[in-house]
Amino acid sequence: MEKHCTDSRVKGVSTGTTILAAIFDGGVVIGSDSRASIGGEYVSSKTINKVIQVHDRIFCCIAGSLADAQAVIKTAKFHLSFHSVQMESPPQVIAAASVLKDLCYKNKDELQAGFLTAGWDKKNGPQVYVVSLGGMLISQQVTIGGSGSTFIYGYVDAKYKPNMSKEECLQFATNALALAMGRDNVSGGVAHLVVITEKGVEHVVVPGDKLPRFHDE
Amino acid sequence: MLGFMRGQPLLSPVIHREKMAAAPVMMPYFGQQISSKSDLVPDWTRQEVSTGTTIMAVEYDGGVVIGADSRTTTGAYIANRVTDKLTRIHNKIYCCRSGSAADTQAIAEIVAYQLGFHSIELDEPPLVETAANLFRASCYRYREELTAGILVAGWDKRKGGQVYSVPIGGMLVRQPVSVGGSGSTYIYGFMDANYKPGMNKEQCMELTAAALSLAMERDGSSGGVVRLASISEEGVERRVILGNQLPKFSTH
Repeated sequence: MEKHCTDSRVKGVSTGTTILAAIFDGGVVIGSDSRASIGGEYVSSKTINKVIQVHDRIFCCIAGSLADAQAVIKTAKFHLSFHSVQMESPPQVIAAASVLKDLCYKNKDELQAGFLTAGWDKKNGPQVYVVSLGGMLISQQVTIGGSGSTFIYGYVDAKYKPNMSKEECLQFATNALALAMGRDNVSGGVAHLVVITEKGVEHVVVPGDKLPRFHDE
Repeated sequence: MLGFMRGQPLLSPVIHREKMAAAPVMMPYFGQQISSKSDLVPDWTRQEVSTGTTIMAVEYDGGVVIGADSRTTTGAYIANRVTDKLTRIHNKIYCCRSGSAADTQAIAEIVAYQLGFHSIELDEPPLVETAANLFRASCYRYREELTAGILVAGWDKRKGGQVYSVPIGGMLVRQPVSVGGSGSTYIYGFMDANYKPGMNKEQCMELTAAALSLAMERDGSSGGVVRLASISEEGVERRVILGNQLPKFSTH
C-alpha cells in the first residue's frame, strides 16, 4: 500500500537522518547527513555531526532518539577505554559494537537507538557492524540507516561492489547520501564522511553546493 | 460530453463497485462465528486485497516504457503471483495500478469506458492527458473512499510519449519518469542517479527492469515477474522477464 506514515512520532524510531557505512579495499567509510529536525517542520541544526568517535579508529553513527543515543555512547566510550586499558591494546571494532549491543539489549524497553559501528583493527581489518533497535548485532559489508535510507536501498544494492578503491568508495558514499538528502525532507545539509584505514582517520566534509547533482536538479 | 462533467450516473458505478469490493471482506463474518481469536481462520481472509507493489513509467523520445512487478497480496498471502498491473485503457494508453486491487480495477474500468465514449465522440484517438484527467477526477472526488496510486502513460499525436502520475489523494502531475507503489521508496535514489533525459527505448527498458528488480528484492509486497510494455506510434509491445532472468546485483 502506498500510505506512508509521515508523522515522526508514529513512524517510530527512524530518526530524521541518513547514515551509511561501507567497506572498501583497505578501510571503511562511514558517513551521515547533518540535519537535525523537529518533526520535519523545523530544522534545529543544519550542521550537526552524527559521526561520533568512540576510539582512535572506531566511529559510530546513530539512528533513533538523539538523547538515548548520546547517553549510550557516553557509557560505551567509558567501557571501551577501560577495556582498552585492561587489554593493553586498542580495542577491536567488534568490542565497540558488542558494548553498544549489550547496552541496547539490556535496556531495550527504555531505549530507542540503533548504531552503525565502523572501524579498523589489526586482527580483522576494516569492519562494519549494525546494532539494531532491540539489540541485534550483525556484521555487514555495507549498511544504511535512518529515514533517508529507504530511498537509497536500490542504489546501494546496485552500486556497491566489494573491494572498491578508497576514491570509488568515497564517491559512492557521497552519491548515496546526496540522493537520500534529495528525497528525504528530514535529511540534508552537508555530508560528513570519515575514512578509517590502518594509517589513520580522515574527515571529509562535502558542503551542500558541492554535492553531486542529479538529472532533475 | 463526458458523463462525469454533467455530474451524472458515473457516481453509481463507483459506489456499486465499492460494495462489490466489500464482499470478500464480509467473509470474516463466517470466521468470527468459529472463533474471534481466529487461530482457526487464516488472517488473510480478513485482509483487503492489495497490490502492494512497484510500478514505474519512463518517457523517451517517441514513446513511453512502463513496468510493474506481479504480486498481489492479502496480508501475508500472495493471492496472485503473476498479476498484470499494466492495464489497457485505450489502444495507446495504459495505466499502472498500485494500492487496493479492487479500487484500481474499478477506476480503470470506469475510465476506460469514459475514454472510449469520448474517443468515439471525437472520432479520433484520445489524448493521454485526457485519460490522466479522468483518473484524477475520480481519484480526487472519491479520495476518502479510495486507495489508489496510478501511473497513466501512453502515446498520442499531439505530445508524443507522456507519463502522468496520479498518487493517492488525487493530484495530477506530468513527469518524465515516475515510480509508485510500496516498493518505490527503495528505488528513488537509483532512479535519480541513473535516469538521464534523452535515453532511447532499450535503455529505458533496461533501467525499468533493473529498478523493478532492486525494488522487488527489498520490498516484501513486490515480487514475481517483471512485466514491461513500450507504447509508441507503432503500437504496444509487451515483455515479461521471469524471476531467474532478472538482472542480478552483487549480493552482500
